Parts: sequence; C-alpha cells; structure tokens
Amino acid sequence: MTNTIVIAELNKGSIHSTTKELVSAAQMLGSSCTVVVPCTDSSVADSISSTSGVEKVIVAKSDIFANYDASGWASAIDSVTPEGIIIASASPQSKDLAARLAARRKVSVVQDVVAIQDGKLTSPVYSGKAMQTVSMSGNAVISVRQNVFDASPDGGSAEVSVIDASGNVATAVRELIARASARLDVSEANIIISGGRGMGSPDNFSHLEQIADTLGAAVGASRAAVDTWDDIPHSMQVGQTGKTVNPNLYIAVGISGAIQHLAGMRSSKYIVAINKDPDAPIFQHADYGIVATWEEALPVLQSSLSAMM
Amino acid sequence: MTKIAVLVKQVPDTNSKIVISGDSVDLSSVKMVMSPYDEFAVENALRHKESVGGTVTAITVGGAGAEKVLKDAKAIGVDEIVRIDCDSYLDSNALQSILSSMIAEGGFEVVYCGKSAADTGAGSTGPGIAEHLGWASVSNITDSNSEGNFTVVAPLNDGNAVIEVTLPAVITCDKGNTKVRKPNVKGIMQAKRAQVDIRACEVPTSSVSVVSQSLPPAKPEGKMYEGGQSASEVARLLRDEANII
Ligand SMILES: Cc1cc2nc3c(=O)[nH]c(=O)nc-3n(C[C@H](O)[C@H](O)[C@H](O)COP(=O)(O)OP(=O)(O)OC[C@H]3O[C@@H](n4cnc5c(N)ncnc54)[C@H](O)[C@@H]3O)c2cc1C
Repeated sequence: MTNTIVIAELNKGSIHSTTKELVSAAQMLGSSCTVVVPCTDSSVADSISSTSGVEKVIVAKSDIFANYDASGWASAIDSVTPEGIIIASASPQSKDLAARLAARRKVSVVQDVVAIQDGKLTSPVYSGKAMQTVSMSGNAVISVRQNVFDASPDGGSAEVSVIDASGNVATAVRELIARASARLDVSEANIIISGGRGMGSPDNFSHLEQIADTLGAAVGASRAAVDTWDDIPHSMQVGQTGKTVNPNLYIAVGISGAIQHLAGMRSSKYIVAINKDPDAPIFQHADYGIVATWEEALPVLQSSLSAMM
Repeated sequence: MTKIAVLVKQVPDTNSKIVISGDSVDLSSVKMVMSPYDEFAVENALRHKESVGGTVTAITVGGAGAEKVLKDAKAIGVDEIVRIDCDSYLDSNALQSILSSMIAEGGFEVVYCGKSAADTGAGSTGPGIAEHLGWASVSNITDSNSEGNFTVVAPLNDGNAVIEVTLPAVITCDKGNTKVRKPNVKGIMQAKRAQVDIRACEVPTSSVSVVSQSLPPAKPEGKMYEGGQSASEVARLLRDEANII
C-alpha cells in the first residue's frame, strides 16, 4: 500500500479538528499515515499523536511557519515529508500549499475532495452543479473539504520526531490589517446565518447577529447585500465570488437563492430558508423552508432558539 | 519595461445549467465566458502596466473556440493575446508545465491569474506554475500596488495583510473591492482586428484522469411552512430531527 502523509491544518496556533478528518481520508487511500505538523512551537503536535491510524508524527519546526509564505512553506514542508500521497485541508491557504507541493514534486493535485472510493476521488465542479470523479496513477497531492469525513477517533500512539525545517521566504508582511469585525468568520463556523437584499438595510443585520450570538454562529451575506451596502464587507460574502462554506447548518434570510449564491453553500448539511416569496429558488434547496417575512419569522426563531440553549 | 502576463480561461457562464450526457458534462449548448476571477486578474495586470510601464500579454490554453476570451481581454486593453493550442484534457501538472515553459521563454516578470477557475474551482494553476518556475506567489489578493515596492493585500492568519512581494512572482486575484473596467467601442473594434498569436506545445502525459462526471445527488424534498410562527417548529426540528442544536 502507498504511504500517506497528512499535512496538519493549524488554526490560531493549535491543530484544527479537521486534521483528524484528513487522517480518516488518508486511511482510505493507503497505509502508514504520517502527519506532518508545520509549526513554530513543537508542543502543538501533542494533540494529534494519539489519533487512531497515525503511525508517525513529524513536527516541522521553523519560524517561517508564523506567517504563510507559499514558496517558503512548500520548500520547508517538502524537505521533511516522505514520498507518498499527500493530503491537506481544502482551506484556501492549504489548497494553495497543496498546489505548490504537487508542482514541487512534479505530480498532480486534486482539490476539494468530498468522497473517496476504491482509490478514486470525487470533487464538486462547475460550482457544485456537477461532481467529478478522477483516478490517479502514482502519487498525488489532494485537498479534502472540511466536515465531510468522520474524524479519526482517539486511540493511537504515534512516534513523534521533531525536525528543524527551513525554507526561503519570498514575501514580507508590511502591515497587518485586523478584521473589521470581531465576529466569527463564515469560513470557520459550523452554523451560518446569512442575510440578502431582502433584509432591507444593513442595520437589520443586527437581528441576524442576535441569533448568531445565541447559536455561536457566523453571519454571512449574499453578493447583492455586499454590493448594495458598504457596511456589509466582502469578507462576509458567500458564493461564486465569495466564500465556499460547508457548515452543519446554513440559514438563508431574504436571499433568493441565485445559482452563484448556491455555489458557495449548497453542500451545507442542513439548509433553512426564510423568504416571503414562496417561489424563491432557495426553497428548492432547503431542508426547512419558512414562507414569511424576516420581520415575522426572526423574532420567533430567536426566542425559540434561546429557550433551547 | 515590465513584461506582464495574465492567464485567462473560458468557462461556462455561471448562470448556465449544467447537463450530463452519458457520464460526462455536455457543454455543447452552454454560453462560454471569461472565468469571473480572471476579470480581476486582467484589471490588476492593466493597473500594473499603467503604473510602471510595460506590456500585458493575455494567455489561454485551448482550442480555437477559446479565442473569444482573448478578444475580450484585448477589448479591455491588453497588448498581446496568445493561445497555446491544445484541446486535450490536461491534469494540473501537465497544464502547469505547458504554461510555465511559455512564461519562462517569454521573459515575463509578473503573472496574474484568477484565484480559481469557475469550472474546476481548484485554484491550483497560479501557485503551481510559480513553483514550476521557482517564483514567489501570493494567492487570493484583493488589491495590488506597483508604485514603488510591489505590494498586494491578501488574507493572512485572521485578517488581511499588506505583503511586499519580490518579483518575479505569480499573483492570483480575488474580487475584493476591485472594480473592473468595461470595454469601450474603440477597444471592441481593435479586438476584432487583433491577431491571436498561436503557439504549439508538447502535451505532457497526465497522471490524473477523469473517470466520470455526474449531477450532485438530489436532496430529499424539504419541509415547507407558512408564516413566521412556524419558525418555532423549525427550531424544534433543528434540535430533534437534525440534532444540530
Ligand atoms: C459572475 C457572478 C458572480 C456572482 N457571485 C455571487 C456570490 O458570490 N454570492 C452571491 O450571493 N451572489 C453572487 N452573484 C449574484 C447573484 O446572481 C444574485 O444577484 C445575488 O445572489 C442575489 O442576492 P439576494 O438573494 O440577496 O438578492 P435578491 O435576488 O434580490 O433576493 C432578495 C430576496 O429577498 C426576499 N425578500 C424581500 N423582502 C423580504 C422580507 N422582508 N423578508 C423575507 N424575504 C424577503 C425576496 O423575496 C428575494 O427572494 C454573482 C453573479 C455573477 C454574475
């Protein structure tokens, strides 16, 4: 069987839970899974070494892992990563890294994998309007969407080695621009509540924020909302020219369900739509549809959810 | 004189319906357009030229049918348009090999492309060719500034950062607040007359091949409710049926 190597996904200095999903994906593709942890502080790796299915953990320690630099990270990670099929998360940064790692090894990359069967990989194409299954001969680098595969359970004891990695950084950070809002970002959230043009004004997004606070959710928006109102930043936009999200629950409020919006959220596990127009296309994709204005529905939703928490 | 390249790809209009015949997507009756993010790449490339001087060359890989996107780029203001003649399937490594040799031969200093193409959604081409060339790359930029030291704005960690990039580099473009220019009549007339520079290429073997394409599995029909009061029932189902809350 082929060796598999998982590149651990890091988030705010610790290993992101999707890394255990990557280990599950690795086990479908080969054996002897090694996890490579790119980090500045080797203690972050402790949390992954006891995951079932992980045989080896290689802690790649370097100052360059403080800030992402595509070429520097690719060379540093490549230098400590054994031969085999490399598996990374399909986050924007890790897709970029996956592409560079593949090119560095002169192999191909398959992005956004959502299913693995008999060594074949399936990914959404045409913004999720179709699925494509590919086969690979030899090694490749693949990226796997979050929240698709079950996390590999606890119950392993991998051998951990720490290697000082190095690479040449080709970019320099001149200024950090903090995110305008302290709210959870849509790309990190398990629950998202998004508003569209039907919200009427950006001030009305406060009703969505209240529900988001109750649920620990992020607030998203359609492009019409982002383009119409300066107060709704592009970082909130979900869809073709915004973010692609895959949460457990997506609540669309005052959003018609244009094909470009669906492109960013159609794979959500559960979709709730609130729209006053019974013919809005979003209802064809909703698990639960409420035909009502948001003015009527949101206060009821808010109080019912608060009562449950 | 900075030689700037911008990579453009034709994809189905994002409004179009995708149909399957047999076990692959049938694009015969679909309108093809420039991939939306490539429009931002063209805009950033033209701004780069305007601030430092130089030329912008738009490059696509494809058959003769792919020339429309080159003409579209020409109409907005690029100087040269090049089609690398290859109509067969290419995996990421094969495509990147073709493009990176063309870029190396052309003596380009900076390459712009969209952050991903609207058909594959992969986003592999920009960073991949940068690696083939041994260049720097920054992906998903929302702004660029080529006056003085070349800087871009791109997502980093939790927010955004102004990042200085040492050229040569490949830059992939997100939307951000970039407003793209529209073609004017003169541009459209020039584009009509413009000659496409057609280049032959050697087609490397692909190690990833497409087995099948299909429609996504249909979702089971949802439950519909009337009136705002039903939101309490939906909340209950989210807890008891979906086990989310
Ligand atoms: C190349 C391209 C890329 C695009 N990328 C994106 C993208 O990334 N993301 C995106 O979202 N769109 C994108 N779009 C735009 C997309 O086509 C739609 O225009 C957009 O999604 C519409 O946003 P909306 O649903 O908020 O607005 P609308 O379509 O105007 O819908 C508003 C909805 O609100 C409902 N409504 C009104 N009042 C109320 C009320 N009081 N209570 C409840 N419901 C109410 C209406 O019934 C209607 O259904 C893109 C388009 C193109 C061409």
